Amino acid sequence: MSDTQLPQGDPKGQDSGVHPAHSGPTGAPTPMADRPDTASTDDQSSAHQVAEAAAQSSTEPKPVENEYDGADRETQPAPSHDVPESFNVTVIVRRYDPEVDDEPRWVDYDVQMYPTERILDALHRIKWEQDPSLAFRRSCAHGICGSDAMRINGKNRLACKALVKDFDISKPIYVEAIKGLPLEKDLIVNMEPFFDSYREIQPFLQAASKPEKERHQTIAQRERFDDTTKCILCAACTTSCPVFWTDGQYFGPAAIVNAHRFIFDSRDEASQVRLDILNDKEGVWRCRTTFNCTDACPRGIQVTKAIAEVKQALISGVKL
Amino acid sequence: MAETSSVTDGIHYHQHDVLIIGGGGAGMRAAIEAAPKASTAVITKLYPTRSHTGAAQGGMAAALANVEEDSNEWHTYDTVKGGDYLTDQDSAEILTREAIDAVYDLENMGLPFNRTPDGKIDQRRFGGHTRDHGKAPVRRACYAADRTGHMILQTLYQNCVKHGVEFFNEFYALDLIMTETPEGKRVAGVVAYELATGEIHVFQGKAVVFATGGFGKIYKTTSNAHTLTGDGVGIIWRKGLPLEDMEFYQFHPTGLAGLGILLTEGARGEGAILRNASGERFMERYAPTIKDLAPRDIVARSMVQEVLDGRGAGPNKDYVYLDCTHLGAEVLETKLPDITEFARTYLGVDPVVERVPVYPTAHYAMGGIPTNNDAEVLADNETVIPGLYAAGECACVSVHGANRLGTNSLLDINVFGKRAGNNAVAYAKTADFVDLPADAADGVVKMLAQLREGTGTESVAEIRKALQETMDRNAQVFRTEETLQTALADIAKLRSRYPNVRIHDRGRRFNTDLLEAVELGFLLDLAEVVVVSAINRKESRGAHMRDDYPTRDDVNFMQHTMAYRTAAETGASQGIRLDWKPVRVTHYQPTERKY
Ligand SMILES: Cc1cc2nc3c(=O)[nH]c(=O)nc-3n(C[C@H](O)[C@H](O)[C@H](O)COP(=O)(O)OP(=O)(O)OC[C@H]3O[C@@H](n4cnc5c(N)ncnc54)[C@H](O)[C@@H]3O)c2cc1C
Ligand code: SF4
Ligand code: FES
Repeated sequence: MSDTQLPQGDPKGQDSGVHPAHSGPTGAPTPMADRPDTASTDDQSSAHQVAEAAAQSSTEPKPVENEYDGADRETQPAPSHDVPESFNVTVIVRRYDPEVDDEPRWVDYDVQMYPTERILDALHRIKWEQDPSLAFRRSCAHGICGSDAMRINGKNRLACKALVKDFDISKPIYVEAIKGLPLEKDLIVNMEPFFDSYREIQPFLQAASKPEKERHQTIAQRERFDDTTKCILCAACTTSCPVFWTDGQYFGPAAIVNAHRFIFDSRDEASQVRLDILNDKEGVWRCRTTFNCTDACPRGIQVTKAIAEVKQALISGVKL
Repeated sequence: MAETSSVTDGIHYHQHDVLIIGGGGAGMRAAIEAAPKASTAVITKLYPTRSHTGAAQGGMAAALANVEEDSNEWHTYDTVKGGDYLTDQDSAEILTREAIDAVYDLENMGLPFNRTPDGKIDQRRFGGHTRDHGKAPVRRACYAADRTGHMILQTLYQNCVKHGVEFFNEFYALDLIMTETPEGKRVAGVVAYELATGEIHVFQGKAVVFATGGFGKIYKTTSNAHTLTGDGVGIIWRKGLPLEDMEFYQFHPTGLAGLGILLTEGARGEGAILRNASGERFMERYAPTIKDLAPRDIVARSMVQEVLDGRGAGPNKDYVYLDCTHLGAEVLETKLPDITEFARTYLGVDPVVERVPVYPTAHYAMGGIPTNNDAEVLADNETVIPGLYAAGECACVSVHGANRLGTNSLLDINVFGKRAGNNAVAYAKTADFVDLPADAADGVVKMLAQLREGTGTESVAEIRKALQETMDRNAQVFRTEETLQTALADIAKLRSRYPNVRIHDRGRRFNTDLLEAVELGFLLDLAEVVVVSAINRKESRGAHMRDDYPTRDDVNFMQHTMAYRTAAETGASQGIRLDWKPVRVTHYQPTERKY
C-alpha cells in the first residue's frame, strides 16, 4: 500500500493539490456537485494525489534499548509539523450582527488552506487570524455533535465534514446560516423552534412494564429502527426542506425521523400517540418528497424513506 | 419547590433547589434523578445533545455476563490494575457493582444496545478488561454499534424531555458563589453568562452539581471537542479548592494520525491489530498475553516507542497502522460504521482494504475535582463542602487511578452522575438556601469587563496555539524533568501575555470571541497544574511516564496528588502548593503490572 500523507506533512511535494477535485456548476451561491459521503469514497485517490513526498524528519528518533530506556531523549516525537503545500480559497460569508447591521451582508475572506482541511478550518482561520468577531457554533469538529450545520454553496452541510478539496476552489465558496430558523448573528440561528418540534413528538421510550433486567429485542427488531437512531439533531434536513421554509409550523423531517425511531422500536407502546400527532395538518402529509432532507443528512440517514414509512404506518398500521 | 426569577440592576436572579452545571452524560443522569423530586436547573454552555459524551464510541463496561462468564470482582480487579494501583479500591467496587443497574437503567430508558441472538444486550472486548484476573480478554463492553456515547446522550436527553427538566442552554457558568457560615463554607449559587444576550444570571441553589467534562484542549492533538476547556474544573480551582491527580492525562492510542480524531478501541476489541512500518504486530513484544488489548497507557507508550526506534510508518515514519482489513466489510459497516467513515472522510483511507495511520491523541483527564463516593466535593483530604457535588470527567473519585480503562468513563458518568443527582436532592430537601452576598456577580462582571475593554494586542488564538504546542511537545506520553520545566516556563510566559489579549467583538450577542478568551484563561490555569503536578511525581505510573524515573515507586508515590492554589491573583504563575492523599486499598496489593 502507499504511504498516506497526513494533514501536516512535508513541503517538498510533487503535486500541488491546487486542482479542484470536483468542479461544481457556476453562479453564486453555487450548489455543490457531490454529497460528502459519495465524495469521500471516490476522492480516496485524490487524497493520495495531493500527498507530498517524504523528507526525513529533522528530529530523527534515537534508538533506545527497551521501553523504559531513553532518558536521554530531548523531546518526544509527534507527527511532524512541517507545512504541506497550501492554496488560497476565497470564502464569502454572509455576516449579520443585528446590533450594527440593518441587513445581512456578504463579506469576502481569502484563506490559506491545506488539502485535507474542512470548511470549519476555514472559518476558524478567519476567526482566529482575520476577524475574531465572526460567530458560528461548533464543538466536536468531526460530525458527531450537530453544532455546525450551515449552507455551503447553497447546500446544507456540516462545516466540519465538508472537505475543501471537494469544492471547486477556483471559485469562491459561499457560506451562510441554515434557512428557515430566525437568524441571530452571522452563522448562528435560533434553534428553539427546531427543538420544540422535536419535543412535541414525545421522543422518549414509553412502556408500562418495568423489567428486572433488560427488555429483550431481537437483532432484526433492533435493525428495524437502527437508521433513525443515528440522528444528531443538526437540523440540516429540516432547514433544507422547502415546505419548512414556507410553513414554519411544519414539524419538519428531523422530528419525523425521531418519531420513526420510536414508532418502529418493538419496546415502545406509544406509537399510536405519535402517529396521531403526525397525522396533524402540519404533520407528515405536508412532505412533498423532494429528497432535500436525505441529501442534506450528514449521518446518511434515509430521511425520506423514514417519512414514507411513517406515512405508510398511518395508512396501514405499524409493521414491526 | 423553590423556583423564582427576577431582574435587578440588569442582572437576572433565579432560584432552584438543585443547580446542575453541564448537560452532558453526567449532568443529565443527575438531572433525571433530581428533577422529579426538586426544582432543578441544568445550566449548560452547549445544547445538551452537543455535549462530547456523544462522541464516545466503543462501549460501557458492566459484568452482565450476557455472552460469557464474568464478575464484578474481575471488573474491579481490572480497574484497579488498569489504574496502576492508584485507583481507590472501595470506589472501584461501587463502580463495578452499580454498573449492572446503570446499564439496565439505560436500556429501560430506551437505549438501543446491540443485541445477542437471544435478544439480550450484546457485549464485546475492550482493552484491559479480562477474565479471572488477567487470564484472557473478556466481553464486558455493552455497546450500540460505535456510537454508544451518542446513544447514551440521546437517551438521557430524551428522558430529560420526558421529565420536563429545565435547561438553560448556551449559558456559561463562570463562577461559584460560596459563603462562610458559622458551620463553615457553604455553596450559595452560581454565576452564568448567557451567550445569546451577553447578560449575567445569578442562580441561587441549595445544592450545586458540577458535570462540566474534561479539558483536552490544553493539548493540540486531541480527541476532545473545541469546547472542552475545563471551565468547571477551573472555577473550582479558582475558589481555592484542591484538584487531584492532574498529572494523569490519558493518551488514547488510536487517534487518526495528525488529526487526533478517535478510532475506538472497540476496533481492536473486534480484532483489529496494530502494526509498525514493516507490518509487524508489535504489541506481541510489549504485552504478550493480551497484546493489542493491553490498557491504553501501555499501548500508547509502545506505539511511541516504535516510532522512536525508527519503525514508524509513513513519509516521516511518525505513525503506526491500525489494521482492520481482515475484519471484513460486514463487521466494519455494522459494528464500526462511524470510524470507518471517519477514516474515509478525513484521511481518505478505506479501512476495509487499507491500514489506517494512527498515533496517540490526548483523550481523557483521570484527575479533576476530588470527591468522595457520594460525589461530594472535598475541600481537603476529608472535609466535604455541604451541597457541592461533582461527577463525570471533571471529577476525580478516583475510580480511574493513574490510567482509565476504556468503557469505564461512560460507566462513571452514569454511576456517579446518578449518585450526585440523588445526593444533591437529598441535601436540598433538608438544607436552606444560603444568602447570596450582595456582590455575588461582581467577580464575573469585573473579569468580563477587563477582557472586553482591554486595549492590549495579544491574540487569544496565538496564545492558545502556543500553549497547545508546548503541551504536545513537552507534557505528552513520555515526559522528563527537562521537558516539563520547558512547558512550565512556556506557560509562565503565556500567562503573562494573557492579560493583554484583545477582544475584537465589542458586542453583546453571541460574543464567542469573548468566551474563547475566558476559556483560554481556564486552559492556562489547568495546564500549569498538570505540569507542576507532573514535575512533582518522580516515578512512572499509568499514564504518567517519566523517562528520568522509569519505574513505579510505591514506597514514595502510591498516593494521590492534591494541588492547591495559594495566590489569589492571576499572574505569570499561580502559586501552587502540592500535598498528598492516601490511596484507599481494600483487597488488591500492588504488584508489577504485566499483561
Ligand atoms: C472521542 C471519544 C470517545 C470516547 N469513547 C468512550 C467509550 O467508548 N467509552 C467510555 O467509557 N468513555 C469514552 N470516552 C470518554 C467519555 O465519553 C467522556 O469522558 C464522558 O462522556 C464525559 O462525560 P461528561 O458528562 O463528564 O462530560 P461532557 O459530555 O463533555 O459534558 C460536559 C458538559 O458540560 C457543559 N459545560 C462545560 N463547561 C461549562 C460551563 N462553563 N458552563 C456550563 N456548562 C458547561 C457542556 O455544555 C457539556 O454539556 C470517549 C471520549 C471521547 C472524547
Ligand atoms: S436526520 Fe440527519 S440532517 Fe436531520 S437532524 Fe438528524 S442528523 Fe441532522
Ligand atoms: S462541530 Fe460537531 S458536528 Fe460539526
